[in-house]
Amino acid sequence: MHSFGYRLNGLLTFAVTILALMCVIASLSDNLNIPSPSAEIQIMNINWFQKQPKGSDEVSLRMNISADLQSLFTWNTKQVFIFVAAEYETRKNSLNQVSLWDAIIPAKERAKFWIRSSNKYRFVDHGKNLRGKEFNLTLHWHVMPKTGKMFADKIVMSGYSLPEEYI
Amino acid sequence: MGWIGDTVDSIKSIQIRQLLTQVVSLGMIVTSALIIWKGLMCVTGSESPVVVVLSGSMEPGFKRGDILFLHMSKDPIRAGEIVVFNIDGREIPIVHRVIKVHERQDTGEVDVLTKGDNNYGDDRLLYAQGQQYLQRHHIMGRAVGFLPYVGWVTIIMTEKPIIKYILIGALGLLVITSKD
Repeated sequence: MHSFGYRLNGLLTFAVTILALMCVIASLSDNLNIPSPSAEIQIMNINWFQKQPKGSDEVSLRMNISADLQSLFTWNTKQVFIFVAAEYETRKNSLNQVSLWDAIIPAKERAKFWIRSSNKYRFVDHGKNLRGKEFNLTLHWHVMPKTGKMFADKIVMSGYSLPEEYI
Repeated sequence: MGWIGDTVDSIKSIQIRQLLTQVVSLGMIVTSALIIWKGLMCVTGSESPVVVVLSGSMEPGFKRGDILFLHMSKDPIRAGEIVVFNIDGREIPIVHRVIKVHERQDTGEVDVLTKGDNNYGDDRLLYAQGQQYLQRHHIMGRAVGFLPYVGWVTIIMTEKPIIKYILIGALGLLVITSKD
């Protein structure tokens, strides 16, 4: 009844239970944090805007992105993944989301930033619908925890539009 | 003679009873594991509710050996979600992030493009030849939870099968020999 094996088993089971419980509590504690992030994106320049040989519209643009995401960080946060997506509706598609730029914020100290960047990923439409198109720029964030549940949310910024003619 | 015969009978019956108990308890362990797995499948709606990260393509968010909990709901797929997908002709599912979504107005079908956070380019090179986008049926689930390191157990077991057999043997021996 009180052999070495039984005691080892008991100790191990107890340790794993406590560890699991701590992981659950750490993950639940994330819910206590109510973040208040802010962001602003300006389009500085349309670098070029053309029709691909295959027939889809493609645009390259330069953005000013500033954001304060410090409030997203808790003690259970490993990193925050952020990306800027252009979102728009076309005649054929009820929703198009195209990721333009992304970054990983590894620590709270670097969560307040300002950056000027051209789109990292190609802004290609699913057709020829981009001329004069109004679109939203959305800053999405994805909080990746040390353990437990992941959180995601976004800030939608509207009122951007593309030129009427190819450049 | 009658007394000896009785004793032998009682010993025999005890052993059979013990053996049966052990078989039943072993069966309980196996079936309860199965119940938990199948129950998770029902709750999450995903055919594999837990996956182990095998590659470093999502580092530093997910490292090799971390495990992800999946959920498959009817909610539409959106950019930024981490999805697990199967490519035709590839056995191992891939865990990557959605970077592009085109959802059709009339049918509601989606075209989805993915990319690993740690990869330089998007996943078109990983897809089947000529495949430009993923459709809904390729996607097995989206990641909702994360637990570090635990997946190493299965990685070690699949890569060094000997350890698996030793472990199963030892556990089996323990169950059979234990007199509880």
